[in-house]
Amino acid sequence: MKTTSFRRALTGLVTGLAIAAVSPVLAAEGAPKPPRVSWSFSGPFGTFDRAQLQRGFKIYKEVCASCHGASLVSFRNLAEPGGPEFSRGQVAALAATYQIKDGPNEAGEMFERPGRPADRFPSPFPNELAARAANGGAYPVDMSVLAKARTYERGFPWFIFDIFTQYQENGPDYIHALLTGYKDPPQGFPALLPGQNYNEYMSGHLIAMPKPLNDGQVEYPKGADGKAQAPETVDQYSKDVTAFMMWMAEPHLEARKRMGLQVMLFLALFAGLLYFTKKKIWSRLPDHASVH
Amino acid sequence: MAHATETTGTEPTRRDFLFLTTAAVGVVGAGSLLLPLVGQLAPDAQVVAAGAPIDLDLAPIAEGQAIKLFWRGKLIFVRNRTKKEIDEALAVNIATLRDPQTDQQRTKAGHEKYLVVYGSCTHLGCVPLGSSPGEPKGEFDGWFCPCHGSHYDSSGRIRKGPAPLNLPVPPYAFTADTKIKIG
Amino acid sequence: MSGHSTYQPKTGIERWLDARLPIVRLVHDSAISYPVPRNLNYLWTFGGILAFMLVAQIITGVILAMHYTPNASMAFNSVEHIMRDVNFGWLLRYLHSNGASMFFVAVYIHIFRGLYYGSYKAPREVLWILGVIIFLLMMATAFMGYVLPWGQMSFWGATVITNLFSALPVIGETIVTFLWGGYSVDNPTLNRFFSLHFLLPFMIAGVVGLHIWALHHVGQNNPTGVEVKDVRKDTVPFTPYATIKDLFGMVCFMLVFAWFVFYQPNFMGHADNYIPANPAATPAHIVPEWYFLPFYAILRAIPDKLGGVLAMGGAIVILAFLPWLDTSKVKSMTYRPIARQFFWMFVLVCIGLGYLGAMPADEPYVTISRILTVLYFGFFAALALIGIFEKPTQLPTSIADSVLGGSGARLAHATASEPNVKG
Repeated sequence: MKTTSFRRALTGLVTGLAIAAVSPVLAAEGAPKPPRVSWSFSGPFGTFDRAQLQRGFKIYKEVCASCHGASLVSFRNLAEPGGPEFSRGQVAALAATYQIKDGPNEAGEMFERPGRPADRFPSPFPNELAARAANGGAYPVDMSVLAKARTYERGFPWFIFDIFTQYQENGPDYIHALLTGYKDPPQGFPALLPGQNYNEYMSGHLIAMPKPLNDGQVEYPKGADGKAQAPETVDQYSKDVTAFMMWMAEPHLEARKRMGLQVMLFLALFAGLLYFTKKKIWSRLPDHASVH
Repeated sequence: MAHATETTGTEPTRRDFLFLTTAAVGVVGAGSLLLPLVGQLAPDAQVVAAGAPIDLDLAPIAEGQAIKLFWRGKLIFVRNRTKKEIDEALAVNIATLRDPQTDQQRTKAGHEKYLVVYGSCTHLGCVPLGSSPGEPKGEFDGWFCPCHGSHYDSSGRIRKGPAPLNLPVPPYAFTADTKIKIG
Repeated sequence: MSGHSTYQPKTGIERWLDARLPIVRLVHDSAISYPVPRNLNYLWTFGGILAFMLVAQIITGVILAMHYTPNASMAFNSVEHIMRDVNFGWLLRYLHSNGASMFFVAVYIHIFRGLYYGSYKAPREVLWILGVIIFLLMMATAFMGYVLPWGQMSFWGATVITNLFSALPVIGETIVTFLWGGYSVDNPTLNRFFSLHFLLPFMIAGVVGLHIWALHHVGQNNPTGVEVKDVRKDTVPFTPYATIKDLFGMVCFMLVFAWFVFYQPNFMGHADNYIPANPAATPAHIVPEWYFLPFYAILRAIPDKLGGVLAMGGAIVILAFLPWLDTSKVKSMTYRPIARQFFWMFVLVCIGLGYLGAMPADEPYVTISRILTVLYFGFFAALALIGIFEKPTQLPTSIADSVLGGSGARLAHATASEPNVKG
């Protein structure tokens, strides 16, 4: 029978695809998947945790900013709704602690002046080559959109489920894993050269950035009980700075999700009304000679 | 299509209500689309932030001189007026003016020698001459717009020509004796 | 638009205008009284959805162009400026980038609908070919649009795709240099892509006009594939019946669209495109946008450069010949038991190729890609053969019969509309 052979071909095709789908999982066994972190900004109702963003900014400022720029972010953004929401006064005072290159002045010379809220975060290096020269050839990338520029492969069939579960924190999960993934190289791993560090989650496991965060390195604001607001651990630091990076990459995330809910509800209502309207209109079909 | 025949009674009313509701909701939806489509035309956050107040030191401006600077992309003249110019400005009978304003209304008390005005002719937006040495200052020791011949006096008020209004004074305040904050 | 118009100008002004520019008549005849087969299913709403998507893309695109800077050193940051500073900029940008994906979702459904119901067959060959042209223009537009943010995927996508032309013998290299406006993908390339990305949608709109003209001239196909025999029994007027149904379909589609825009805006994009273009480093794993993946898989399946390019181009161009490749007289695959199975297999093959296009160029993917490429083209060969021996099942005598289960007698239908659709 013809049909049977088609069915067989179909089965063969599906099996082939299934094998193809499974094999990347086998192939990629070397690099573990980053563990899932529970982020306050995930899901349809996700919002940023202000205190977490403020802590994350502190880490960025005290640790990351010495090598990594965030050239797309302005001081003023720190006071805007949906972000860390520092007060305008705090932001103006913070900006003023930075020296910003401006000019040229009347004499035709560049000069430095105290920062203003409208200024962007100054980059630690004047250009990429200077950054490389100061970092043994490695380029500390700009962190402005890094949380969206990093990801890891979800693989089949997970990427399909992600549409429905709205899992999209691949980048933050990866960054958190990377920041906490500094380990001693396993037995048999080739000896590390100067400027190389072993990281469990880096592809190829070799990363130029030395372990950036250590327990107790950054002091967190104290709560009412005199204890730090959050644990001063590498894990917590990583979560906080990653959340801050996610906000830098997507500063309108909260507004987007909020508007999304309104739009979805509106469209659902409108679709419902249209459905019944359509039913009504079509129900009068045989009589419509008089109508038209 | 099996039970397609229309029943009479309340049916038409209910149907009309449904149609009207659907149409109204549709109109609301289409209308709210305009919000982002038109809203994006407004100055963006960067432009707004760059329009923050600026500080200016007036000390370098010698008597009789004027400087030009930009705030929010608009040209501003700051003139350190001579005694003669101030007296002329004060002597005018404001009843004769097209846009009646006293010189006091256009300067800050105690700092009368400084005049701060937008450098844009109120006729059609050309830059009036008279700020740099050697430029014509018009018939009233102020500014002269070369585009259509408007004359402004030493208080920046329109005196002759097609312009309808005085050169506007931007918002500013003295923060020290010779320092102002514009905006 | 064939046959008589039923438009009756009511007021003096309407009569005056109608005698000079019968535009109201045109709208009336093509969007109000135009007879639509009464048995169309929701797959037929995708034509309207596509028109909506084209307009949406043009509107958001024109607005984005107001804020975007087509310069290699500023493009990336200007897109981020839109995302951060412009009022509703993030919304407009995500609408536009996801809109491209949704446009392709709709167009693929539209194409497969046409395939299944034989909408390419006489007298709709020109209609179908115009559709293939629109599809090609869409691909060109989408590709150039993806280059504009000037991220890593933009840059390397542009490099790889323009290099396809270098496969052509003799003139290939020259063509590539002319495409680039230089010796590599750089600022001149970005500038011309921006210009063309702005232009092409209007050309699409023009061809869409022809597509709709052709459609309204021959009339719509329908799920039975049986042509309209009696306009009074087989069709309904476009307004309100098709209008309201299309609108409902459109809003349902917008729900899906909104889901991506507001909740998963970067799902269909690629993370690497948030890294500014760097001509010194190719991303580890470069893939085109998902809607190009099946063709990309075909390209990579052929071990020869020119052969790969030809196979990829052929995979699209062959669609234009479908009206003459398919030998069956029966349109709808509902009544074609064998072809129907091939159709579903073809759908799976396309999905499979799409998946393989996203996979690295390693085994087992390469071998499976080759098998599926053969099957892809095999589908068209099969359609040519099946038509000769396949025995179709019983077709309904008319559209009305198929709807009303054989008795069209109950159907007292419009007398106002003339029987005006050619069979």
